[in-house]
Amino acid sequence: MNFPTILGIWVAATLTIAILSFLYRDNPLYKFAEHLYVGVSAAYWVIFAAKFTMQDMLVSVFANNWQEFLEQGSRTAFWEAWILVIPTILGFLMLTRWFGPKIGWLSRWPIAFTIGLGAGLGITGSIQGILLPQVQATFVPLWTPNLWELVANILLFVGVISSIIYFYFSKPHKGFLGGVSRVGITFIMVSFGAAFGYTVMSRVSLLIGRLYFLVYDWIVGTLEALGLS
Amino acid sequence: MKFLRWLTKIDRRIVFLLMIGVVLVPMLFDIPIPFEVGDPAQNAFNAIDTLQPGSVIMLSVDYDATSYPECQPMIVAITKHAFKKNLRIALLGNIPTGLPLGQEALERAATDFGKTYGTDYVNLGYRPGVVAIMVGIGREIRDFYQEDYRGTNVDELPMMADVHNYDDIAVLVSFAHGTAVESWIAYAGGRFGQQIIGGVTGVVAPDLYPYLQSGQLAGLLGGLKGASEYESLIEKKGLASRGMPAQSTAHILIILLIVIGSVAEFALKLAERRSK
Repeated sequence: MNFPTILGIWVAATLTIAILSFLYRDNPLYKFAEHLYVGVSAAYWVIFAAKFTMQDMLVSVFANNWQEFLEQGSRTAFWEAWILVIPTILGFLMLTRWFGPKIGWLSRWPIAFTIGLGAGLGITGSIQGILLPQVQATFVPLWTPNLWELVANILLFVGVISSIIYFYFSKPHKGFLGGVSRVGITFIMVSFGAAFGYTVMSRVSLLIGRLYFLVYDWIVGTLEALGLS
Repeated sequence: MKFLRWLTKIDRRIVFLLMIGVVLVPMLFDIPIPFEVGDPAQNAFNAIDTLQPGSVIMLSVDYDATSYPECQPMIVAITKHAFKKNLRIALLGNIPTGLPLGQEALERAATDFGKTYGTDYVNLGYRPGVVAIMVGIGREIRDFYQEDYRGTNVDELPMMADVHNYDDIAVLVSFAHGTAVESWIAYAGGRFGQQIIGGVTGVVAPDLYPYLQSGQLAGLLGGLKGASEYESLIEKKGLASRGMPAQSTAHILIILLIVIGSVAEFALKLAERRSK
């Protein structure tokens, strides 16, 4: 390992220990690491917006197309350059919120554009890609000679129907409807339990990852670099 | 009574110390704990293993360093498997801070298998506009990715000559710690019939099981367990396999603590009722 790598590992290890020290109690070391993280993240997102959005999606595209128009006289390049004026104006209109209600209402136009685009893409994607295939997947045979498949299909059918009925609010959940909705909430609770179990597994994995880093990358790695292991 | 009360209110710092202990011991002494490969991981493996050499798989890095222990072993294992099968890889991502992790895995696997950048694999980098990109790739990938992450024109990369849209991508694998896999399913799967595999954190995995049942996901790797299953399928022990014993001992500790706490709580209430 070279010196910059070792230095990076030591910085990461120190910050890991600083964050983990919160498990004992709040302390200045933890606060330092927390503030450092917030500061670095904020700086990163500023650079991110400037580079990936402003430069790559606007300035570079405009410059390249404009150059192509000047060199080759391409009308497509001309329009692909100047069409960028529309998103640029919309972007500036978003900033009018800073200047009070007199012109702040102009920011609603880009917001409306964003919502319209998001809703259009979202609705078609949700219906075509999620809802219809999922509904189709619940069309399962309720009789099959394979016992486990039969049990699975019945569980799926009962689980889907009863869970949907639990979220049916146009009638009071009494009598038959109440009974079915209680079955529904049981299925929902089981799914919450499974999700919680997976979450526990996930968090333990993160701890394993950090401890593995501290033991092997930091301690063993440093000893190896110093020729002591 | 005093002991029962103590059991129901064990200091959290003792729990933390116990947890660190049960994670460290199997990690230091390499205690082997067997496990079986589940159908979701086996299906993911089969989906890649049955591809013809030269096929293109697209890897989407939709996680960052916060999910490194879970998602990184997955991308490492899948890139190794893909190169072993002589598949070609196109890497891209919807989280810019995660892309270097994908690049690291790709470079290491490429070195191991003697693969060349531009011919066997490419890194298309990051572009803003998640959903628009997912839909747009269905028409022409160059509409969004004219250059790779190095700034090289995509048309100058030999591998990309016959890669234009989802028709040219055999399998798409999304490594995610959020809702990216569902978005890929909705837009790439639903609209263009793209075959998709999810490699996700444990938190996300339960939400994706319905898509396995419906056949919208070809396979699923959930958390460290899913990653270790894939490592065992390609017979290359990695970070996930080394972490699984610690995962098991930690789960045993959690179950014991829940049982002890519940029994102590029950016994305490019983004792209080009797004393009244």
